[in-house]
Amino acid sequence: MPGADKETELSERIEAFLSELKRCGSGAGSLRGSAETARETTSLLRRITAQARWSNAGDLMEIIRKEGRRMTAGQPSETTVGNMVRRVLKIIREEYARSRGSTEEADQQESLHKLLTSGGSSEDNFRQHFTHLKANVIEAINELLTELEGTTDNISMQALEHIHSNEVIMTIGRSRTVEAFLKDAARKRKFHVIVAECAPFCQGHEMATSLSKEDIETTVIPDAAIFAVMSRVNKVIIGTQTVLANGGLRAVNGTHTLALAAKHHSTPLIVCAPMFKLSPQFPNEEDTFHKFVSPHEVLPFTEGEILSKVNAHCPVFDYVPPELITLFISNIGGNAPSYIYRLMSELYHPEDHEL
Amino acid sequence: NITDSDPDGRLTVTDKDVKLQEIALAKNEGKELTKEEKQRLRKEKKQHKKNKKDDKGPPEKEKEKEKASVPAPSKPATQSPAHKAAPAPVHASESAAAAEKPAKSKAELRAERRARQDSERTSKHGKKEGGQQSASSKPKATPNELQPVVKRLPEHVQVDDPAALKKLAKKLERQQVPLRSDYGYKVSLFSHLHQYSRKSPPTLQISIPATVIHPSIVRLGLQYSQGIIAGSNARSVALLHTFKQVIQDYSTPPNEELSRDLVNKLSPYISFLSQCRPLSASMGNAIKYIKKEISNIPSQCKEEEAKGKLQACIDSYINEKIILASEAISKYAIEKISDGDVILVYGCSSLVNHILCKAFEKQRKFRVIVVDSRPRLEGREALRRLVKKGIRCTYVLISALSYILPEVSKVFLGAHALLANGYVMSRVGTSQIALVAKAYNVPVLVCCETYKFCERVQTDSFVSNELDDPDDLIVTRNGKSHLENWQTVKSLGLLNLVYDVTPPDFVDLVITDLGMIPCTSVPVVLRVKNVDQ
Repeated sequence: MPGADKETELSERIEAFLSELKRCGSGAGSLRGSAETARETTSLLRRITAQARWSNAGDLMEIIRKEGRRMTAGQPSETTVGNMVRRVLKIIREEYARSRGSTEEADQQESLHKLLTSGGSSEDNFRQHFTHLKANVIEAINELLTELEGTTDNISMQALEHIHSNEVIMTIGRSRTVEAFLKDAARKRKFHVIVAECAPFCQGHEMATSLSKEDIETTVIPDAAIFAVMSRVNKVIIGTQTVLANGGLRAVNGTHTLALAAKHHSTPLIVCAPMFKLSPQFPNEEDTFHKFVSPHEVLPFTEGEILSKVNAHCPVFDYVPPELITLFISNIGGNAPSYIYRLMSELYHPEDHEL
Repeated sequence: NITDSDPDGRLTVTDKDVKLQEIALAKNEGKELTKEEKQRLRKEKKQHKKNKKDDKGPPEKEKEKEKASVPAPSKPATQSPAHKAAPAPVHASESAAAAEKPAKSKAELRAERRARQDSERTSKHGKKEGGQQSASSKPKATPNELQPVVKRLPEHVQVDDPAALKKLAKKLERQQVPLRSDYGYKVSLFSHLHQYSRKSPPTLQISIPATVIHPSIVRLGLQYSQGIIAGSNARSVALLHTFKQVIQDYSTPPNEELSRDLVNKLSPYISFLSQCRPLSASMGNAIKYIKKEISNIPSQCKEEEAKGKLQACIDSYINEKIILASEAISKYAIEKISDGDVILVYGCSSLVNHILCKAFEKQRKFRVIVVDSRPRLEGREALRRLVKKGIRCTYVLISALSYILPEVSKVFLGAHALLANGYVMSRVGTSQIALVAKAYNVPVLVCCETYKFCERVQTDSFVSNELDDPDDLIVTRNGKSHLENWQTVKSLGLLNLVYDVTPPDFVDLVITDLGMIPCTSVPVVLRVKNVDQ
């Protein structure tokens, strides 16, 4: 039966995606960038929308929510998966509202006025069937995909507004967004880049070789020298893994030290993060926020004698509070950290914050 | 009224005294003070006042006097030129006037004066010139006078100056010490510093057997350049032990003084060692102490006795300044460690390790977090020592600092040197630890012996630092090392700093053998030490 085949194929694809997620989350950062993960998630969700059986928007949302929960459980630290799921849910809500004819603005926020006037909850509204809903949703998801493909270019286009000539820029680890940002600016301007290598994975080395190939003057420094050289740095430009709802960051370890050093020298800290990294999570307790990988990166097995008597930690992420950040550069332009909550309310529906 | 200890005053006081005596005698004898004599008197009074004000004048004048007085004894007959030559030129007119008077008393007094000068001269020839200088400059270097000290800029921060490099090359050639060449592309901010490669130590350029440089110095230099001996205490102690060996093997050549010749012998050794690895502040202080001790050996001391004395001096220096100092510091520091503490240490500081081991012996309950950083990974050595003692330890890299700091109650840091403006010079990364600890409101305690206090001032980590081998940053992960061919890429540079400076506002307390002081009291301690010496 064609329907069953499609379903098995679909579930196969989902399983494959899940196992991919689980595998690449173990250490050495991520084998693929977040942009790729976001794109794959979105195309998978599009496929689900196209092939799964649903009759009304509520069903579809249920299916997507279920799959989304499974996917985020596979790799909790990869927040882009959850973000894309929430985006798609928002798309579905919007398309539904448009099909029904009501304006989007009214459904946006809870307000006292709305409570009094609308009367019933908006939950059962999603049970209505619309024939063109599927097509509309798929079209909207396609738009989302095009947006995702253009994020890096959008961010790089703003590079010349922020980098002047003969600057000394500092960065840490490896971020594809920052790499593209700096390479774009280097086409017209000459500046120096200092890369902190970010032990133990030393992704800064890759970043440095890649930048120096474009004829950018690059210097690699060990993490311990961040504060020592900070006094000569004009700007700090970093990428991040996630942007949290309060404007803080969940970035690679060592970023908090970098941010504190920049604050001490009053050096602006610029974060290049595309919008799909924005997550409605607030920084919670340590056990859910931090991710650890095998401590053999830190203390190798060759130190055998003392290994059993010592606790070694290898956290992957750092929390950077929003007070230390000067500017966010995303594909929709530059924003202050205090504005992030507004952007979030445009991207996600408050009910979707918890999948 | 003629004081013996004051050679500067001696001559002028003698001179003035004699002249006044002459005039007094003239008065007593009933002779009238001639116009010339009155002029002379007035001039003398002026000169006296001028000498009191002008402090720099006397030693220079004295040098002239010394040079001038040397030819004087060869001409005892010609009184007036000798008389003119001996005192300062200002006295020339008076002496001319005096020479014209054929008073018998004057001739007698002049002879007396000359005899006195001769005796001074012979005693002064015994000491070396440096001793003369320091003896003559003593009266002016009283603590309440602020002398502008013009220090020579050390060579190791003048690499971008070709004239300085040429001077160094000439000096090393004269001392027959091999010159080490820089390696690799240097980051432009640090072009004024040397950057050497560990693969080419200067010991490669020395012929075997080493004739000019003592073999134990060659061995020490190799140990320094390969990083086998690292850490300022270890380096200083190794240096002092090697110097003991050198003194043991030293024999005074004929017609030479041990006090002068030994110091000259040590200079090429020191140049060689600084070519192997730039000297640390503690080593600099130790060398200054040794040189002073050597130059203070009296000339009549027999060689064996002198050698024995020097070796005893070195032993007592090590004992007092390093071993006993660390005992004293441990005693103070243990008061600061309470039960249930979580102490953070960085890298491998022998002093901090000693403190923790002592505290553990005194049954304090605490656990230690060792923070380490690439590329030296010295923390692993500290970890081994502490674990062997039985202390509970945790180990992280410096990038995980923000994660681990909320659990920490105190931070103990070691220092390489304490600068006169209160900045702490230590292993690179220390300032970062102090910064983040400050942000989390964790107290930072620096432990440092007083012999590491240094009179330099510095505000950032650029002007005076050490660049280690840049190849150390290369690492192979998963079979790939990205930076392997960094030399071939034109715009890529690797920076491996060794030291950085921590501003005093990050440091809460400095524990020294003199007690617990704030960071800003370092110049006070230096001043007290200088007055003591």
